[in-house]
Amino acid sequence: MDKRNAGDTEPYLVIRNITKTFGELVALNDISLAVHEGEFVCLLGPSGCGKTTLLRIIAGLEQQNVGQIFQAGKDISRLPPRNRDFGIVFQSYALFPNLTAAENIAYGLENRKVPKKAVDEKVTELLNLIGLPDVGKKYPAQLSGGQQQRVALARALATSPGLLLLDEPLSALDARVRISLRLEIKHLQEQLGVTTVFVTHDQEEALVMADRIVVMNQGTIEQVGTPEQIYRSPASPYVADFVGMMNFIPVETMDTLDKVKLGSLMLRCFLPEDFKPGRPATVAIRPEEIRLVAENGPGPNTLKVTVSELEFLGSFCRLTCKLHQEDRTSLVVEVSDNRMRELSLDIGHDLCLYLPPELIRVYPEQVAI
Amino acid sequence: MATSTPDYPIEAALEIQSVKGKRIEQRLGFEDYLRRFLFILVGLGFYLFLIYPLFRGLARSFQNKTGEFIGLENYINYFSSATTSTSLTNSLYISAMSTVFTVLLAFLYAYGLSRMMIPGRRILRMIALLPIFIPSLVQALALIYVFGNNGVFTRLAGINIHLYGSTGIIISEAFYAFPHAFIIIAASLALADARLYEAAESLRTKGWRMFTTVTLSSARYGLMSAAFVVFTLAITDFGAPKVVGGNFDVLATDIYNKVVGQQNFEMGATISTLLLIPALIAFILDRIVQRRQVAAVSVGITPMTPRPHHPVAQWGIYALMLLIAVFILSIYGIVLMGAFTRYWPYDLSLTLRNFTFYVAGTQHRGGAFVVLWTSIKMAFWTAVAGTIIVFCSAYLIEKTRGISTTRSVLYLLSIAPLAIPGMVLGLSYIFTFNNPASPLNFLYGTLAILVISSIVHYYSVPFLTAMTSLKQLDPEFEAISESLNAPFYRTFWRVTMPVTLPAIISIASYFFLNAMVTLSAVVFLFVPGKELASLSVMLLDDAGETAQAMAMALLIIVVGFLVRGLFFLLTHGVERRTQAWTKR
Repeated sequence: MDKRNAGDTEPYLVIRNITKTFGELVALNDISLAVHEGEFVCLLGPSGCGKTTLLRIIAGLEQQNVGQIFQAGKDISRLPPRNRDFGIVFQSYALFPNLTAAENIAYGLENRKVPKKAVDEKVTELLNLIGLPDVGKKYPAQLSGGQQQRVALARALATSPGLLLLDEPLSALDARVRISLRLEIKHLQEQLGVTTVFVTHDQEEALVMADRIVVMNQGTIEQVGTPEQIYRSPASPYVADFVGMMNFIPVETMDTLDKVKLGSLMLRCFLPEDFKPGRPATVAIRPEEIRLVAENGPGPNTLKVTVSELEFLGSFCRLTCKLHQEDRTSLVVEVSDNRMRELSLDIGHDLCLYLPPELIRVYPEQVAI
Repeated sequence: MATSTPDYPIEAALEIQSVKGKRIEQRLGFEDYLRRFLFILVGLGFYLFLIYPLFRGLARSFQNKTGEFIGLENYINYFSSATTSTSLTNSLYISAMSTVFTVLLAFLYAYGLSRMMIPGRRILRMIALLPIFIPSLVQALALIYVFGNNGVFTRLAGINIHLYGSTGIIISEAFYAFPHAFIIIAASLALADARLYEAAESLRTKGWRMFTTVTLSSARYGLMSAAFVVFTLAITDFGAPKVVGGNFDVLATDIYNKVVGQQNFEMGATISTLLLIPALIAFILDRIVQRRQVAAVSVGITPMTPRPHHPVAQWGIYALMLLIAVFILSIYGIVLMGAFTRYWPYDLSLTLRNFTFYVAGTQHRGGAFVVLWTSIKMAFWTAVAGTIIVFCSAYLIEKTRGISTTRSVLYLLSIAPLAIPGMVLGLSYIFTFNNPASPLNFLYGTLAILVISSIVHYYSVPFLTAMTSLKQLDPEFEAISESLNAPFYRTFWRVTMPVTLPAIISIASYFFLNAMVTLSAVVFLFVPGKELASLSVMLLDDAGETAQAMAMALLIIVVGFLVRGLFFLLTHGVERRTQAWTKR
């Protein structure tokens, strides 16, 4: 199988108009998506958004009501799982408890009538690859969670599948193990170049690991994009809120596309060109994008505030600030610990906040805050 | 609102098209056809050996002797005569009474064991479980030896409690059902959360209020469930009323008398149907209660430990527990003595004569062991075939994707035998198999029909055991093996079976021990020359050969103990061998 670069015209996995219902519940509503060869795609969303269902449909473990799936140019929509070409890893590891780590890894190879010697070689190679050369003779119960999940990964990769499916593989692990294993998986994936679909509800995991993130909500795709695109230009308030923290401020639009009205204040920003003016809207800005400025310089986009709450989070502090002019609105600002000490900030202090116009996103709907 | 990113030509690749209408089904392969074939086999088995016979039995209750449809006439006849219709009220009476006694005693016993600081808890627990595989008619026989007109107690104390009739039946049923109720109640007491008690204590809840608001409240589903089980056991039991009932007719003995005594099959079928109704109601109520219980159980409870009680309560309950334990043990003692005694209670000299087992009219000259051997063979095949069928069908039902309607229908059929009294099943088998026109007639009078009826009769409990242990396996094993291209039967053989081996062994043991003592399902099905041990106890007692009946009962008990020991060793061995992969 020749390796193509991402961005080539023909995607490796194409999902077309997939709809899946469970009785009355619409789990997936007309989902379409393309994944390129060698790409690492994360399906990100809260529980119940349909991400796991989509993964299971790609595997053939669930059957879509409507829609098609193509893998490597072949229509696999109606194939049972055993005739599809994928390896899968689950949150629960699902290692066979009565087989050793080596036997677990060899399980798929033995089904393909691979000679015993070749199986042994492959198992050794994979154990080395996952960095656990000595656990071959151990049973799953004798391994730690992280080790078990690595063995499960090796088992999924043993048959060199064209597609690797990962269903929340890190969610059952301790925070520390999770952080080290997510990098390991990412490196392994890059090394092997295997096309990967990864399901997670953890935005940080998605941002760190994915080439592209698919943000899902209630059976639909909200946005598809690189981690930077998702974080910096969330397509909807939903995405903005789900990935990272976001301040939402209700505003009124005017008949120009370069400012909005926040109470008695004008806020400069850039509205999309197709924006229909004259209606209520919401502007959004991330806590770390707001800048603290000297108190004596209220210029454009600068708001006078009072610190009402302070959360100490180690390397930075999260301040909740009340606007002087609009005391029903408050903003969350993140300030590095250094800066905090420089300014010796505390609750009740007055501040000036500058909202850079180029970082303000405007959404044409009202967001419940 | 889906947004695509500019560097990926997704829209072009997708050629968005709306495909509406037909649902897409997965293509079927060899394995799917194999699974479907196995499903059909299971369904066919249920049809032939459960649904169809029951239907035949039901149909017969609406017919007269010549097979004409007569509507409800049989039922009207039953209820119109005061002498016959008493069996229904009698049955309800003795079942209700034994339910009250058994649940009360079993609750106090289980409460004492799990919550009180009393000596000898382990041994008391073992004793409570002892009667589980003694046929109810043996309990009744033992009662006669003690409380009968010539019983030890009656003669020594000079008090006749007038055992024959409802008194004897209620006492027998109470002890017969005791271990079943005890297991259920003990399990529900074990589910109580110690944190609830700590919370109540921190709110200064006092003893009695604590008992009613926390203990009883958290055990209530267990108590209800136990009540339904005891009620069902009592109302469907045949052995004890047969032996100690005297002229006190209950539904089960009434069926027997109508069929065996009067050859009135239609009335037998009618009374069968009447027996089925309360059993069915108890079964449905029990299912509802159990569903509630599952919903009420929270994850990760902190188990209770025994704690001090008011001395009066503590030692009062302890005395009662000791009394029950002594009573249970004395049943064994009486059987042991009775089996080796020449003529209880007049001639207490020891003898082995009772084991030679010669009764005029029966065809056995080889002694009790010939009959015992038939029983062991029957129990062996029930265990082997029953375990394979139960486990494989539970696997199919639990571990197959899709076809959910088929699976839930089969699930329902699998637990239905819980509601079918053995007498009803046995009688319906006669209608089905003792019929020259039936293509399955060849089964009649064979060991096979006894095996089949025992498997069907005892199907549900092993089935639920298998389901429980299969549910504990990671549901993704099947998905993983499919992704690795392993056929399901390979993973079944290499992973599922080894991991669930302890459950499989306990299923086999359950089948074997029950088949050894079964009476109600096979009482209509045996033919001369194929008597089973439990049947012989009844026949010998009927013939007045009580000492020989005791000898036979002793042999059944001994075999039961040996087999239980064997299965214990087997489980122990399996657990030792699998220690590597179950423990760190």
